[in-house]
This record gives sequence, structure tokens and C-alpha cells, in this order.
Amino acid sequence: MEYEPIIGLEVHAQLLTDSKAFCSCTTRFGAEPNMNTCPICQGMPGTLPVLNRKALEFTVKMALACHCRISEFSRFARKNYYYPDLPKNYQISQYELPVAEGGYVEIETEQGNRRIPLTRIHMEEDAGKLIHDENKPLSYVDLNRTGVPLIEIVSEPEIHSPQEAAEYLRALRSILVYLDICDGNMQEGSFRCDANVSVRPKGEQALGVKTEVKNMNSFRNVQRALEYEIDRQIEAVKAGERIVQETRLFDPSTGATAAMRSKEWAHDYRYFPDPDLLPLRVEPSLVERLRNELPELPFQKKARFVEQFGIPPYDAGVLTASRDLAAYFEQTVALFPQPKTVSNWIMTELMRMLKGEEEGIGSCLVSAEQLAGLLKSVDDGTISGKIAKTVFEEMYATGKDPAAIIKEKGLVQISDSGELAGLVKQVLDDNPQELKKLLAGKTGLKKFFVGQVMKTTKGKANPQLVNDILNDELKKRGFSE
Amino acid sequence: MHTNLYEKPATELCKLLANKEASSVEITRSFLERIQAVEERVRAFVTVTPDLAIEMAQEADRRIAAGNNGPLTGLPIAVKDNMCVKGRRVTCGSRILANFAPPYDATVVRLMREAGMVILGMANMDEFAMGSSTETSYWGPTRNPWNPEMTPGGSSGGPAAAVAAMEAPVALGSDTGGSIRLPAGFCGVTGIKPTYGAVSRYGLVAYASSLDQIGPIGRDARDMALILNLICSHDPMDSTSAPMEHPDFISVLDKPVKGMTIGLPSEFFSKLEDPDVDKVMSETRVVFKSMGISFIELSLPHLDYGIAAYYIIAPSEASSNLARFDGVKYGHRSAQFESMIDMYCRTRAEGFGPEVKRRIMLGTYALSSGYYDAYYLKAAKIRTLITNDFKNAFRTCDAILCPIAPTPPFKIGEKIDDPIQMYLTDVFTIPVNMAGLPGMAIPGGFSRNGLPVGIQLIAPHFQEARLVQLASAFQRETDHHLKSPVL
Repeated sequence: MEYEPIIGLEVHAQLLTDSKAFCSCTTRFGAEPNMNTCPICQGMPGTLPVLNRKALEFTVKMALACHCRISEFSRFARKNYYYPDLPKNYQISQYELPVAEGGYVEIETEQGNRRIPLTRIHMEEDAGKLIHDENKPLSYVDLNRTGVPLIEIVSEPEIHSPQEAAEYLRALRSILVYLDICDGNMQEGSFRCDANVSVRPKGEQALGVKTEVKNMNSFRNVQRALEYEIDRQIEAVKAGERIVQETRLFDPSTGATAAMRSKEWAHDYRYFPDPDLLPLRVEPSLVERLRNELPELPFQKKARFVEQFGIPPYDAGVLTASRDLAAYFEQTVALFPQPKTVSNWIMTELMRMLKGEEEGIGSCLVSAEQLAGLLKSVDDGTISGKIAKTVFEEMYATGKDPAAIIKEKGLVQISDSGELAGLVKQVLDDNPQELKKLLAGKTGLKKFFVGQVMKTTKGKANPQLVNDILNDELKKRGFSE
Repeated sequence: MHTNLYEKPATELCKLLANKEASSVEITRSFLERIQAVEERVRAFVTVTPDLAIEMAQEADRRIAAGNNGPLTGLPIAVKDNMCVKGRRVTCGSRILANFAPPYDATVVRLMREAGMVILGMANMDEFAMGSSTETSYWGPTRNPWNPEMTPGGSSGGPAAAVAAMEAPVALGSDTGGSIRLPAGFCGVTGIKPTYGAVSRYGLVAYASSLDQIGPIGRDARDMALILNLICSHDPMDSTSAPMEHPDFISVLDKPVKGMTIGLPSEFFSKLEDPDVDKVMSETRVVFKSMGISFIELSLPHLDYGIAAYYIIAPSEASSNLARFDGVKYGHRSAQFESMIDMYCRTRAEGFGPEVKRRIMLGTYALSSGYYDAYYLKAAKIRTLITNDFKNAFRTCDAILCPIAPTPPFKIGEKIDDPIQMYLTDVFTIPVNMAGLPGMAIPGGFSRNGLPVGIQLIAPHFQEARLVQLASAFQRETDHHLKSPVL
């Protein structure tokens, strides 16, 4: 029998507000433990939460970008559980009435585009962190992250493969980053994902028993964890075992998932409406304002790039993965209107250099103007494509203008046919053995002679011109193809 | 005849201060001496802070000298032990906070500081405001100044007793199900629970967040007006604080009440079995009638479910509000434990008293998965029905009159082992919190045993001024509020 996996994802995205969800503490990352706290986020007796309006606006933006229904009235609820990183021992979240319901996220699959339906998007507050002493049985609590606003985006269980799950997450992250409401950093935990996984015989309608998989801190690990968990469940079902509803942790070092001790996590969260916060009203006028403020989203931008610039969908996908990169592309094309050439350069040379750069295009010293300038120099024959790569490396390292580098290093292409003819003659004369073989029919040696000219000119010779002159010269010497 | 400063009513003290006829330090000393003299018999305070009080009084005197004073500058006050005062011990009458000093001021405390008031100390209360007799305090019961064998009522027994015993001219209490009005009634003083949202809850250690409200306790309606003018204001730190302007409560004190209609809910009066309370209620009606007020009988059909619904909602919220007392961050932590969970368990087992534990368990149960709809949700619906009953009632009357409690003050120890009997004490006060209405306790007379019996007036939302107006008129015709216990 064939089995199919059913996956639903719960994504927590940290919102890029300046202050926390219910107090005015900064959300800046990296401060000394407990420095970014106040009586409110420390859960001091008597303190009360006041909603950060910005966090609400960010949530509504995401909901609009995902085509959700925005609830005019929603409620905050308390999720009650005891843990030292949660100073009130309840988390302010939403339960029965979230800010947004329904909606979808569009992804690309091998079978074409798919809409992954969403269940809901709601707001909540983050918990702090425990720091365990390595030598003593002692733990410390850092509440800097406590109260940082999060949105939870819950998908319907309609994701059918680990690849789709990864695609969905990429699409989701890309939307969040486009909206400038989340930095999408999985390693630092500002974009986190838990998965609900079950399997069922293909064609069956009823859902199987699900497990919840946690601790996947990269797209790759999500895929690995899901692949492992799906295989594990299919094997178990085939062996006649029952799947137990449980929470399983992914271990990146082994690639396996393992059950958490269930007793410790058998929570009854006792949700109830938070009496400290009034029912939340999202004014239709606010929704309209935010709708008008929405930027072009990744999916729309990609379609436009294909249409407007005539570049392949693959290129458009790569270029629109980040809003800044897409803007860089557009600025460059505006100055050098050969989209495919620009796209090739960005996707190969630029992205190769950017690999490993945390901030992506944001940290790049080469401006769009400078890249366009470089490409023009190639186009008008000032330098060769090959030299351009060297120039680009220098530009990337120093931020200098391409013209300055070309001038400084004397990299201007030699297109003087008189000069090149002399050089061609000379390399032919200097290598009689090879010339003899070439004239005898070993045409592959043409490349050798072109190479020799390039070598003596340190790559500056116009390769097309060298080729032409070589052909002429060889003809003169009795060569025919 | 020489009268001590502590015997003078707050309005007179304010006049003396403004006219520089008495300094805040003199007045404060007078109250501190009074506390020293009678506190052993009353036990109204958990913590008296004479040094800090004198410091605040000196500061107030400097402000008065500099002409930088307001109407309350230099007036001493007692504060219930559940409002945060930065750096001072605030225990909520509980072992679990026995050594807790909050790092911030409650909004009402900030307002008192800005007004230049002098905090004498923190007044006793039922543990986390859970109780109707101040007997559940970790620090032991407060005594009723009229008779030390009797309870002062609760949970704000300390603040009410302090005012009755003249240990403070005024006090701040909090009221979740009657916690200002019951002790005010039992101690023969005046107290008001403002509309939910009128006074900021920021810094009030929460018992049941949707019901808690801070309010003043004093000798008469004039004291109410003084303090309400200070504490009724919108606070952006409390999302449930009403964004509105409040009237000048002093301006209504002398307004006539002739022509007003007072509603008498049959459900309340049919419950009156105690002859003392019955007598006081009849006398009260005669007084109001003589002032040109007419009465109308009305019905609040869902009142009977008030206590049942309250004992779902309040404990549910409490079970969550009190979760933070876990030994991790502040307050008591068990000295010995084997694991994190064990630490939580032992800390809370040692730190909370039996009534608090009972309510935490009630609330935890009511919110449990599978029971939520049957209990919490149902109680929330009853709450809406009770609120609608009152709204309908106020179409035909300006205020509602009823008793505060079914009986005069009861003995210490009489009900403490019978929670149901204790809970039934609040039958007349709880519905007011459920509906979020303002309710006022006014001295109405005395029992045959010479114990105070209070009456309650209830007004529509944000009409506390009408209560002050009615109480002021009533107190012009009566002298119950002028009587004080012999200590």
C-alpha cells in the first residue's frame, strides 16, 4: 500500500517593532541579560499590558498579504502554563477570536503553482530564555525576549511533502521580509517553525494520528526532519504499530526525531479571555490604510519581472527572493537596459561574492550605477567580459568605480588591429611546432594561439578581434578549413 | 474642649493645612501617635512606616510653604496592602509576598505622591483580597473597632478599621465582590467602589481583573469627593481604564436630591431576615422620603445567580493572576526542593493560605478543558444578564438602595470554617461588581448590640457623583457617620 504524508505548519515570526508587545521596552537583540526589561515584562504583581499598536498593524499587513479575512473584533486570551521563562506563568495569546482567519500562501511546485490554505494568523508575546549553568545544577532566566511580539501563522494540514513545506516556508519568510515586519532569521529564532505530521493510505480521506515536530532551525532541517518523521510513521504503520500523538524533537546531528517526555508536556492551557485587555477592534479604515500601504509582494514581483523584462521565471524567482536584490536589479536595468545580461551578472558574479554575507545585498559596496557602468564597458568593447570579472572583484572589495579601476590598472581592451596583427604574427612565429600542426589540420590549436595573445596582453586583447586577425593571418599562410 | 488633630475629618484637616494652621508633620504625628495607642487593639496595619510618613509630611510642608500645594497636600492616608508603593513592603496579606518590595508605584500611589499625600502605612486585608472578614490575612485578623470580638468585614478590613479607629483620616481599599463596602458597613464608615474603569488598576495586585476596582474609604461623602477627585482619571497604563473626563465630585456635595427616584429590588429585600438590618433599611427609607425622594419597587431577576457566577469568574481569573507567585522571581521560595516542579509546589503550598488555595483550585477546575463551556462561559453569560437587569432597572430610577450585608458584623471565627456561609455575606455587593457599577456604603444606623449597619446605594455606570450627592444629602439628615467607637 502507498502512503501519503499530511503536513500542517505553525510558524512563529518575531515582529520588527521597536518596542515589546505590551510594554515600552526595546526589542533590540544582544543586550546583557535582563537589561531590556521593566516591571511589566518581568511579570511584577499589579502590572498590566497595553497593546503595541504597531504590532497590530504588522499583523494586519501580514494577514492582508496572505489574503486572510480580518476580524473586526478579536480577543486576547491567556495561555496558562508554568515555566520559568514565562514570568506571569501565562502567555498573552489569542485563542477563540484571532485577528485573521483563512487566506493562503502561493507556492511553486513541480506540478505548477499551489495555494497553501491558512487556518489563522494571531498575535502573541514571546517568552524569555533559560541559561543553564554547565557546572552546577543551576539555571538563570533572561527576560530580554519576554514580551517581544510574535505572530503565529497556522497552515491547514494541506502540505503534501517536505519539499512543499520548505517552499511554503520560503514563500512565507519572503512575504514577511518584503513587508519589513520580520527579519526572517531562522538561526536566531526570529522565524520558527513547528510541524504537525501524519500519514495515511493514499486515497483515504480521514487524517491519521499526528505528531508535532519541533526544533528545526533551518529550511534544510525542516525538510530533513519531515522526511525522517514521515518515513518513521510509514514504517510504523506498515509494521502494524499505532502512531502516538506526541511532541517530537528533531536532532540535527542525527537527523532523527525523538519523543519528548510526554508527562512534562501534557498541558491543559486553560485558555480564557484576558480580562486585562479589551476586545481588540480593527477599524475598517485601518485595514484600508494598510492595504494601500502594502508593497508589491514577491509573487507579484516575480510575475512582473518575467513579463516586463523577459527573463526566465527561474531568474525572476532568484532576483525577487529579496526585496533589496529585486530593487538592485531594477535599478541596474534602468541604467543598462539588457535585463538578461544584468540578471546573469547578478545571479553569477554578484551572488557568488555575496554568499556568506549575512546582510545580503545590503552590505554590497557595488552600487547599481557602478554595476551598470561595468556592463556598459563590456558592451562598448572597452574591456572584455573576462577582464570585467576581475574589475568586478576589485569593485566588490573596494567600492571603486569600474572606470577608475580600468584606468588605474590599464585594463582597457586592445582593439587596435595593427597592434594585434603584430602580436598575432609574433606568436605564430614564436611557436613553429604548433603552427605546423595547425596547418596540418589540428584546428583545435587556434585556441592555443588566441590564448598566447591574451597571455602577452594580460587578457586585454579584444578576443573577437584576435580571432579574426588570426584567421586572416592563417589564411595568408596557406591554411584552409 | 481640646480635640486631637486625628479626630478631625479630612476636609477640616485639608483646610488647616491650606491655612497653615497645622502642619502636615503635626497632623501626621497625631495619627502616628493614635496608631501607637490603639493599634494593638485594632491591628489595622500590616506595616506602619512612621519615618517615611514624616519624610512625606516634611516634603508636603515644604510644598505648602512654597505655595506649590493642591487640595490634598499633607493629608495622611492608609493604603491597602495590595497597591504597589515603590521600595516599600507590599504583602497582599500573604506569606508568599511577606518580603516583597515592588520596584514601581501603582498609578493611584503616583497620584497620591503628586498630590503630596502622606502614606502612613499598608493596611491589613484578607490574603489577596479573598475573604469577607480580614481573617485570611497571613498577619492575623484585624479587629472591629466597635467590638474587638467582631470582624471588621473584608477584604479591606484594615483600611476600614483604620478609618473607624481614627488611625487614618482616609484610606484606599479595593473591591472585587464587596471588599470596600462590606468593611465600610461593618466599621461604620463611608466607602465607595467606583465604576469599573474609573480608577486605574495599574499597580493593584490583581485578584480578579475584570472585577477589581480601587476606591476610597473615609468618614463621610465629603471624604469620598476629595479622594475621588484625585483617583478617578484615565490611565494609559491600564487598557481597561475609561478614556473620559470625570466630574468635580466636590461640586455635587450640596446639590439637592429632591425629586430623585430610588429603586428597591424585591429580590434583595425578600432576603432580609435580620431584624437589625431590616430596621435600618426601614429607617433609611423614611429619611430619604423626608428629603423628597420617591421609591419604586423593581425586579432584578438574575440576581440569585450572582454569587454562583462570581465564584466561577473570580477564581478563574485568580487562578491565572496568582500563577506568577512561583518562587522564581520574587517573594517566598521554599528552602528545600528536589526539582523545578517540586520548587513550584512547595513554594506555593507554603506561601498561600487555605482560602487562596481553595479559589485557585476552583478556578483551575472551572477553566479546565472540557469544563470551560459549562462553567466559565455560562458564568460570563449570567454576568451579561445581571448587567442587563441593572440597565433595565435604571430606566425607572436614579439609584438603587439595598443593604450591604445580610447581617451586622459577625464574630471572628464564626464563619471562617464555613466558606459557603462566608461567601453568602457578599450577596448584596457581588452583583454590583459583576455589572461593573459604582456602589457606595454609607453608615445607616446601629444594631441592638451597638454595631454599625451600613446601607448601599448603587448608580448607573460612571454616575458615582450621583452617589456622592445622595450620600451627602443623607448625611446632612443623619448622624450615624459622626459616631465613633470608644477605644
